[in-house]
Formats: sequence, structure tokens, C-alpha cells
Amino acid sequence: MSECQGCANCGGTAVAEPPRMAGTRTAVALVGPPNSGKTTLFNRLTGLRQKVANFPGVTVEQHSGIAELPDGRAVRIIDLPGLYSLSPRSEDEQIAYDVLTGHSHAVPKPQAILLVLDSTNLGRQLMLAAPILALDLPTLVILNQADDLLYRGGSVDAAALSAQLGAPVALVSARNGEGISQVLDFLAGAMPKPHRVELPVLQDVPGCRKWAGAMGAKAGYLAPAPAKWTRRLDKIFLHPVLGPLVFAAVVVAVFQIIFSVAAPLPDMVKGLFDASGQWVASLLPESLFRSLLVDGVWMGLGSVLVFLPQILLLFLFIGVLEDSGYLARAAVIADRTMARVGLQGKSFIPLLSAYGCAVPAIMATRTIENKRDRMATILIAPFMTCSARMPIYLLMIMAFIPKRNLLGGLLGMQTAVMLGLYVLGLLAAVMTAKLLKSTVLKSGRTPFLLEMPAYRWPAVRSLGLRVYDRAMVFVKQAGTVILVVTIILCLLKSFPLVNGKPPAIEHSVVGWIGHAMEPLIKPLGFNWKIGIGLITSLAARETIVATLGTIYGAAGSDLQVALRHDLSLGGAIALLVFFAFALQCMSTVAIVRRETGGWKWPILQFTYMGVLAYLGAFVAYHLVG
Amino acid sequence: MGRKNRRRKSAGIDKRAEAPQTESILQLSGNCVPVGPLATLVDLRRGEAGVVDRLDLPADDARRLMELGFVPGTRVTAGHSAPGGDPRVFQVDGSEIALRRETAKLLKIRRDGDN
Repeated sequence: MSECQGCANCGGTAVAEPPRMAGTRTAVALVGPPNSGKTTLFNRLTGLRQKVANFPGVTVEQHSGIAELPDGRAVRIIDLPGLYSLSPRSEDEQIAYDVLTGHSHAVPKPQAILLVLDSTNLGRQLMLAAPILALDLPTLVILNQADDLLYRGGSVDAAALSAQLGAPVALVSARNGEGISQVLDFLAGAMPKPHRVELPVLQDVPGCRKWAGAMGAKAGYLAPAPAKWTRRLDKIFLHPVLGPLVFAAVVVAVFQIIFSVAAPLPDMVKGLFDASGQWVASLLPESLFRSLLVDGVWMGLGSVLVFLPQILLLFLFIGVLEDSGYLARAAVIADRTMARVGLQGKSFIPLLSAYGCAVPAIMATRTIENKRDRMATILIAPFMTCSARMPIYLLMIMAFIPKRNLLGGLLGMQTAVMLGLYVLGLLAAVMTAKLLKSTVLKSGRTPFLLEMPAYRWPAVRSLGLRVYDRAMVFVKQAGTVILVVTIILCLLKSFPLVNGKPPAIEHSVVGWIGHAMEPLIKPLGFNWKIGIGLITSLAARETIVATLGTIYGAAGSDLQVALRHDLSLGGAIALLVFFAFALQCMSTVAIVRRETGGWKWPILQFTYMGVLAYLGAFVAYHLVG
Repeated sequence: MGRKNRRRKSAGIDKRAEAPQTESILQLSGNCVPVGPLATLVDLRRGEAGVVDRLDLPADDARRLMELGFVPGTRVTAGHSAPGGDPRVFQVDGSEIALRRETAKLLKIRRDGDN
């Protein structure tokens, strides 16, 4: 989704330091198996807010930031994607491997390593210590999630383990900050190289495992009891019948809330906009500029921003899915369906995050080992209903679909249409995947392996920050791309002047353009005003709502009334179908170009989705109309 | 129920065919493995356990599976699965890993009978 443009998570490496110092600082890399809590520790050390969630493979690129030490010095911390060993199989592992071996162009070779291991499963996690210690860099072994270990009745003697490994060991809980001072002490201290201890042959995995077990045993490692709640919850969530039912029920409930409880929210936000608009208007003298600002730009931005509360609800829901650990289970349930179209369950995680935004989703495909599977997932990701489609969906549904109850009040009609649009996008994705995987992207199968994280209670603070960050991204998008497009539109609609006054919109430049393209969109049941919206939405999908707000000079429920006057039900449905299929998002095109390394795939994708959108809208208009 | 019976029958053919090759693998595991017929992970029903004996996968894939805990000699317990039994979550070496049936059937195990 285009919203993501300004987001630090997506735009490559997030470097928060003055560049002049970059060369002189000690660089320290965070290394560890997936989902061991590297990014949580990174955020704690640097004060940055990189995305964390409870499933393996959240971090797919290196991030770097500065940790301030108590003595005032600063150290550069590099956060890396998770690694199971130093034999990379997927793109994200390759990135971590390149940084560690000094082959990365983006960051220098680290001078020291913070090895982050999940202490609740130390036997297996210590296997990674062998290849890391063999690098012969100063290393601090961090046994993370120490609070969980103790809570579940496990224990380990850090000093004994340190003696065994020849490197300092710290028991830490990155989530609540316990033991962080030991990490800072290591960073501030001399950072000695590890003492040479006897390491197993790295190519011999069973040997490494045995070595790791022996290390743990000598340090008195007592593995914690199995996570009781995880077993209990899996009994429900992975139940053959209950599992999918619970999931469906939760999804329906979320949309019901969006259309019932949250439905009055847009008009409340609109009230704020109206009041502030009138206030601004009262400050300015009557002029062309005032009408441009208040009736054009203000209405345009307002008509998009009114949907912010409902979009944030959706993000809150996705956040709970990600942070609790449910996402990995959903991937398991979805795997069979994915297999039928030739993809694997691992494709499901990026696709699910594409419900938020396609840009990070396309980056998340780096965890897929098989190159052709990865390409297919990138190509279908924008079909998933991203949150930039929400404003136009909400606007059209609230305007055209009556508030009726179906299935004896279990399902509202508006909810049903919304779900239908999500299913439509999903179907298009699945069909396209099938098409790709049986033709150009045929491939052998890579085994599907996915580690199930223990369930965790989503932290309110982390959820709150996530929703807040999304809100900022959305507002920023409105304040940049949408604002610029809206200002241009307002100018074009005010010229050429007739007797020194702006013309009726039909006779403005906007009107000319709209009427010129009318023959092309008439077969879809759209009028020329919608046509203008289709053009501006090429920048970002939600821009169409701002454009309609500007053209009709209305927001919220007033805009709905205006649209009902101007558009048939068939045309409205056709517009929804068009938006379900079309790739109207420059950010997505840009990221696909970057990740696929050329223009070929993004151009193909844009054309394919555009043709499908046109045909789909045509069919929808003639079926409904 | 019907599906499970069918599965076990087809695996029975494999069992005998693979049996003679187990000895060298036992050294790898280094553990005292209870003697029993050789089966695959697919043969385990929920709650049943076995000991990994051999991974019949390309070296690369086998390596990753071992890194995730499927090292010969390690005990594996079958856990919950997606509807239809595929993929299934296996408890191995302190973690839970989901595998597709097509992969699980390439992991040869020795049943240990209990549970």
C-alpha cells in the first residue's frame, strides 16, 4: 500500500545517526536464530522502533542504530535477520550472512557480536554458538527471555556457561529490560575476543547439536516445562473444525465492529474538519484562495482522514494476530490451500501482512527459500485487500449498501459486501498464483518448515505504538501525496477563469480531462468525475476519495449523498471491483522493481492487474445494472 | 478414521523395504534406540512419539531439518495438524515445527511404542 512510503520499516536500512561519525564507531551486530528477540533488544538498546512480532522472520533486512553507553560513548548496533546456521538458504539469511562475513555494501563488517539466544530452548539454540564463536570476534552470548525461563521453572548457570564457551554470557529479558546493564557493560568494556574452546566440526549438524547439549548440561541448564497455555490454545486453534471456525468468526466480528460500533466515527472526525474549516475560513478574507483552501483542499483531505479510526481498528486486529503468535498457526491451516495453487504456507505470512500494506509484505517474501515461489508471492501480494483500499470501500459501501441484517442478524449486509471484496481479492490472487505456478514460474518443491512460536500475550504498549505508527504513516501520506494531488486538482478545477471567477467544474480543465476519458470508462458505469478519481488514484489508492471530496465539495455522509445522486448501484459495485483488482500504487510498483531487480515484472504486473480490473468492473456493471 | 487406516497401510510397505539400512545410522544417533520396525513421521498419530533415524532428503534440506532439531536420535512427538492432517506440527527438541506430509514421509523413525 502506498501509505508505506514514508515508513522507516520499508525504505531500506534505517540509519539514525549523524553520518560524519559513521566510520569511527564500533559496529556491533545482533545475531541469533529467528524469533529469539534480536529486534526487541535492538529497540531497547537504540531507542528506535523497528517492527517486532511473535513469529520467525519479522526482520528481513539489516537495520542500524546508535546505542548510547552510560559513559557517553556511542556504539553502532546492527540488527540482522534471524539465522539457523551460517549456511544461508533464503534471501533474509543471505543478508545476515553477508553482513557477518563483511560482504555487505550497506554496513561495515561488525567488530563484535551480540549473540541472542532464546533461553527457553537453549539446547537447540546453542548450536548457533559454534559457527559464531568460530568467527573469532568479540562475542557476548545473550540468553534472552530469561523471565520466561524462570517463570516456567527452568534455570541455567550463566557463569558456568561462560566458562564453557570462553565468552561472557548474560541472562537478559529484552522485553522488560532485565539484564540490559550487562549488555551495556560489555559494549563499554574491552570486548575481549573469546578464549579458544574446542568447537565441533561445523558441517556436522548432529555433532554441533551434541556439543550444544553438552555445553548446556555443564552449565546446569534445566529446560523449562512446556508452555502450558500454548498447548491449550493450540487445542482450539489447530482443531480441525473449531480452528477455522474460530478464525472466520473473529474476522467477521472485526468487520461487524468496523461497520457498527465504529460507523459513527467518520462523521465525528468530519465534524472536527468542518469546525476547523469554518474557523480557517473566518480568518481569511473572501477570495479565490479561500475557496481553494477550504472547499477544495480541506474537503479533500477530510474525506480521506475520516476513515482513519476504522483503518486503525483493522491494524489493531492484525497487530494482535502477529504479536500473539497466531499467525504461524494460520499459515499451517492455510498451507493446504496454498499447496493446491502451487505455493507453500510460508507465502501465507507475507500475504496476510499484505492486508495491511503490500510494500512490507513484498519485502517479507525474502523468507521464502524458493526463488520462483518468492516471485509468485510478490506478484500476487497486491491483490490482497490492503488498508489503502479501505477508504474507497468504506465510502462506497456506506453510501450504496443498505444496513440490513442477513442470517438472522448474525451478519450485516455491509459486512457481507466488505468480506466479499476481501474474498474477491483473495480469489484473484489464488487464480493468478495457479496460473503463474503452472506456467512461467513452475518449480520443484522446497520443504515447508515453519517453527511455531509459543503464544504470548500481546503487550499493550507494543500494540499501541504499532497503531500509532500506522496512524502517523496514514496522516503523513495524506499530508504529502494526497495533499499535492489535491492542490493540483483544485487549481485545475479553478481554471480557466470566467469573468475573473472559477468556472463551473464541467468547463474547467478537470472537466475537459474527465469528459475526454468518458468514452473509455462509460462501459463500466462510471461518470467523468469517477474518471478523474481513477487518474489521481494512480499515485495512491486512497487519493480517489480525496478527489471525489474535492470535486463534490463534500465529506463524510454528505459525500455519500452526493455519490448516490450521481452513480447507479451497478456503477458503484463496478468501482469496488475495479479497486479490488487494479494496482494503483506507485510504492508497490517501486518495491517490486527493487525486489525483482528490473522493470519487467512490475510492468507485467501493472498491466495484468489493470486489464483484470477493467474486465472485472465491466462484468460487474452489466451483472448488477 | 478411514483416512488414518489407509495411511498406515501404505507406510507398511516402506517399513520393510527400508529396514536393512538402519545400522549405520544408529551410530550417528549414539543413543540406545528401542528396537522396532522402521516407519516415517507420517505414521505417527497425534500424541505418538518416535526417534528420528534417518532423513531421506537432499543434503541441503536435511541439513536445515537437522538445524531445526530433527537430528537422528532425537525424539519426535506428533502434535496438532491443519484440517485433513496436513501439515502437522511436530514437537522436537523443545520446539514445535510444522512439516508437510510430503516432507514428513521422508523422515524415517523408530517407534518407541509407548504413549
